[in-house]
Amino acid sequence: MDEIVAHARRDHPDEACGVVAGPEGSDRPERFIPMLNAARSPTFYEFDSGDLLRLYRDMDSRDEVPVVIYHSHTATEAYPSRTDISYASEPDAHYVLVSTREDSDTEFRSYRIVDGVVTEEQVEVVETYMFAHTGADDVPDNA
Amino acid sequence: MATVSIPTILRTHTGGEKAVEANGGTVAAVIDDLDSRHSGIKGRLITDGALHRFVNIYVDDEDVRFAGGLEAPVKDTSTVTILPAVAGGAR
Repeated sequence: MDEIVAHARRDHPDEACGVVAGPEGSDRPERFIPMLNAARSPTFYEFDSGDLLRLYRDMDSRDEVPVVIYHSHTATEAYPSRTDISYASEPDAHYVLVSTREDSDTEFRSYRIVDGVVTEEQVEVVETYMFAHTGADDVPDNA
Repeated sequence: MATVSIPTILRTHTGGEKAVEANGGTVAAVIDDLDSRHSGIKGRLITDGALHRFVNIYVDDEDVRFAGGLEAPVKDTSTVTILPAVAGGAR
């Protein structure tokens, strides 16, 4: 989450975008992959088509899927636009939007976008998935 | 036959298969053959003879938009990769 916000701040006023990949079927975002916004625009983002192919080849070879697909809005709220909804094509992904319109506060929200329907979901931040729910730093969840 | 890599969102047409085979000497012919085996898939890729702007198709790692479009040649040994564009924005 910190890395996504830092990326969005760094690229402001252009939109920033990227993926957090994780093992297929796990729903665990583990590997942060910032992408270049080929549109270099304050109102649009797009992965370069060559980068997109390399990203998916790389994820396939690791049995990963894009668990989180994130991008920033730099002057509007962190809610999917009509453009976002029309392009959304990973029904299993969490679409994370951050807004960098305020200097001091970065909105961070997450959505499912399936067949044009947007559903917001709660964001829970964990240090590592291994210790997420035991309340201890040295007791794994599955202990 | 060429191997066609299918993205998650289109696997409802292929019974969940990630990769399927199809015949054809061009991208357009491969998509026609694909549609004859997996009904409805062509409509997710092409409208009025043009590739959707939401969709990228690669033949052996080359984006067909830069290689002849739907007439880009496909060999029997080719891998055709279909990937939805990842794009959006406030606009």
